[in-house]
Amino acid sequence: MKLDVLYFAWLRERIGVPRETLDTSARTVAELVAELKARDDRYALAFSDLDAVRVAVDQDLCDFDTAIEGAREIAFFPPMTGG
Amino acid sequence: MDIRVQQAPFDFGAECDRFAAVRGDTGAVVTFCGIVRDTDGQALHRMEIEHYPGMTEKALAGMAQTATRRWNLHDCLIIHRYGPLRPGERIMMVATAARHRADAFAAADFLMDYLKSRAPFWKKESSATGSEWVAAKDDDEAALKRW
Repeated sequence: MKLDVLYFAWLRERIGVPRETLDTSARTVAELVAELKARDDRYALAFSDLDAVRVAVDQDLCDFDTAIEGAREIAFFPPMTGG
Repeated sequence: MDIRVQQAPFDFGAECDRFAAVRGDTGAVVTFCGIVRDTDGQALHRMEIEHYPGMTEKALAGMAQTATRRWNLHDCLIIHRYGPLRPGERIMMVATAARHRADAFAAADFLMDYLKSRAPFWKKESSATGSEWVAAKDDDEAALKRW
């Protein structure tokens, strides 16, 4: 399954790209994170503390156990600081 | 309902004036403006606001719809900027209009609490000592429980 994966703020800086298209067999966000962490150290470092990472599936905030079948866009970012 | 996410500055006075030109049964307008504040002791040179185009508009519209339903708002305006900002610049504003002030105040307060923790914006502060992402505060997350 092809997916657009987006990174924001310090996750973007640590991983080094704002977005990428991935071919994945992950069924949940957690499985996608595990795949990414196995790729190289940049991902392993960026996802080392998941308490500090939020995720949105197709632009809705979700949990890490959310199923991603049929999703088009997954975004990872730190806790938000609007206002 | 009017939601704007923009890099350009906005004219707070003109926006308030336009927003307060209300329909006949509106008795209260509440406005809030957020400003880039200098950090404690170390001169802030710049604040860079990053956001998630698409999700930002969707999240803000969702909050505004919730507030409108819950407090019977007659109108609601959210403007939030992104990009590089300097101390003293206006970052964002919220305006609410209702029949009575209690609803207008509560809705504006609710919107601000949700904007802080549920709108996909991230702030990076640069000073003479370097650049740092602003960490989310536990208090801001706790504030959501009020609603």
